[in-house]
Amino acid sequence: MNRYQDLFNRLRKTGRAAFVPFAILGYPSPASSLDWIRPLIERADALELGFPFSDPIADGPAIQKAAHMALRAGATRATHFAILARIRAEYPDLPIGLLVYANLVYRTGLDAFYETAHQAGVDSVLVADVPVSEIQPFSNAACAHGIDPILIAPPNASDRTLAQIARTSQGYTYVLSRSGITGTETVAGRPSNELLARLRDLGAPPALVGFGISNPEDVRRVLRAGAAGVIVGSSLIEKAKTPQGLRPYLLELWQATRL
Amino acid sequence: MSATHPDPDPPRAGRFGRWGGRYVPEILVPALDQLETAFEHARCDPDFQAELSHLLTHFAGRPTPITRCANFLRGSGLEVYLKREDLLHGGAHKTNQVLAQMLLARRMGKRRVIAETGAGQHGVAVALAGARFQIPVRIYMGQRDCERQAPNVFRMKLFGAEVIPVDSGSATLKDAMNEALRDWAASYEQTHYLVGTVAGPHPFPTLVREFQQVIGEEARAQMLEECGHPPDAVIACVGGGSNAIGIFSAFLADSETRLVGVEPAGQGLASGRHGATLARGTPGILHGAETMILTDEEGQIQESHSISAGLDYPGVGPEHVDLCERGRVEYVSATDAEALDAFTRLSREEGIIPALESAHALAYCIRLARERPPASRMLVNLSGRGDKDLSHVQKYLDGSTP
Repeated sequence: MNRYQDLFNRLRKTGRAAFVPFAILGYPSPASSLDWIRPLIERADALELGFPFSDPIADGPAIQKAAHMALRAGATRATHFAILARIRAEYPDLPIGLLVYANLVYRTGLDAFYETAHQAGVDSVLVADVPVSEIQPFSNAACAHGIDPILIAPPNASDRTLAQIARTSQGYTYVLSRSGITGTETVAGRPSNELLARLRDLGAPPALVGFGISNPEDVRRVLRAGAAGVIVGSSLIEKAKTPQGLRPYLLELWQATRL
Repeated sequence: MSATHPDPDPPRAGRFGRWGGRYVPEILVPALDQLETAFEHARCDPDFQAELSHLLTHFAGRPTPITRCANFLRGSGLEVYLKREDLLHGGAHKTNQVLAQMLLARRMGKRRVIAETGAGQHGVAVALAGARFQIPVRIYMGQRDCERQAPNVFRMKLFGAEVIPVDSGSATLKDAMNEALRDWAASYEQTHYLVGTVAGPHPFPTLVREFQQVIGEEARAQMLEECGHPPDAVIACVGGGSNAIGIFSAFLADSETRLVGVEPAGQGLASGRHGATLARGTPGILHGAETMILTDEEGQIQESHSISAGLDYPGVGPEHVDLCERGRVEYVSATDAEALDAFTRLSREEGIIPALESAHALAYCIRLARERPPASRMLVNLSGRGDKDLSHVQKYLDGSTP
């Protein structure tokens, strides 16, 4: 059984795209992390969870702050995997992806990391600072433990790189609609529809578009361009601070995933 | 080699043994590829070499001399020569490779340059080169470093650079580097990220070494001219390690010459408050390279400590790890207190104020001199001058900083 394949088949039948919220494990603290994640799951077709890292170079200020808060509150590998196991037990069919940084995997040992992730019921792992040229030891270890390695396809990648990404990424392809880091706004490289068409031609797994998606219009735009879904992270942390809170915002985004 | 670590098939581009590589978000790969191509073309382009050489001579003040110490460690058996990178324009060796990268940036058609800085010496070099090339410059600098190196912040601003204090994490060099990488991920089309040391993703460790080799090439020729043979030992401080690679590279084939890198032991290796990544670090991945780093069991990066902002970094250039493993370079360390002592001694005995970074290399000589060594000739890379450190050192000497 592959939870991502099942998900994309299901969505195709119901005429929807995937809504994938992102959260930092252990935020705001290991004890209250599930309280933060549960409302996301109510609307989630799949979940993307980040291990907090001291030096998250691919993330913007909102995620970095959340990561540092989690670490200060005592979040560790053990607390992350405990939270993951609980989510898996409660939601057996929900695809769960991890977003991590290379040193977190390296320090654990590649084999040990992917094995533990598999045991906790994780479906995929994306290593934010490992490009396809360095991915092999990571993707080998992932596949050996039944975990889908996820690669990022950026708009500026060469055709050769895109082909490697299409071949290596399993489960889904994480597509950047633009350059930069999470939660910021810049535009560069080829337009999303062109990138998405190229990835389809190359036989890449379904595309989830992330980085800088913060309102229903963003969602509709990338879905019109041909994405199979969206990943939303930084803006959730911001919205949670507003008086209306997160729920109406999550509903709005979720509704925008109707094709 | 453990099977659980990325296990390279030898030899791979951008690797020194198993160390180095290119661990960056995919979005940065095209920018690194572009830089690598520009660098490969430039290194065998006589026009590029001529322009760089002209700048180094007429703008930066190369060659720098070597100075035989008249009083420092006199009578100890050690004869100490200093390679005077402190006399280079900008006040440190940093200017050498900054000028080269500025030329590369211009060749690549970049309209803006960003950089990170610790002590501020690299920031100053980038800022002055930005003024010379009339390219807008933005420097990321840890908030804590901005405070302890205030004169350099002012200097960068005088050159017209924008200085962005970074207050996340430990508010030092690693955090400034994080911020510069983030800027670059969004701006690489128009922007060159001018890395200041032999760390970071490929091709930076190779590129920065290439343009710092001039230190060693000059120094070796100068020593031959002065003494008739290479020195018995070459000593340099190691933070990221660019001044050390720069001077060591010319002596690697001189098997009789000991090469010694001096890491910052901060308040002592046992205190846990140091920046000695080769002595006390663990293999890991930081800022684009597989190298030795200060990291905890969880893989979180630990904060380093050193009296010298330029050595206060929890990683080290990957080539140093390889040189260490192969045993060609010995790596030792000197504490804050030893560096301070060397700082004041060289000032008093030679009329030269060394940078706190370079004072670590001198501190090793002082320690060696106490062991009644056989007569030997030492070449120390005096990588920078200490003017930037004056107020910081004054506070230490007054006892107002712990």
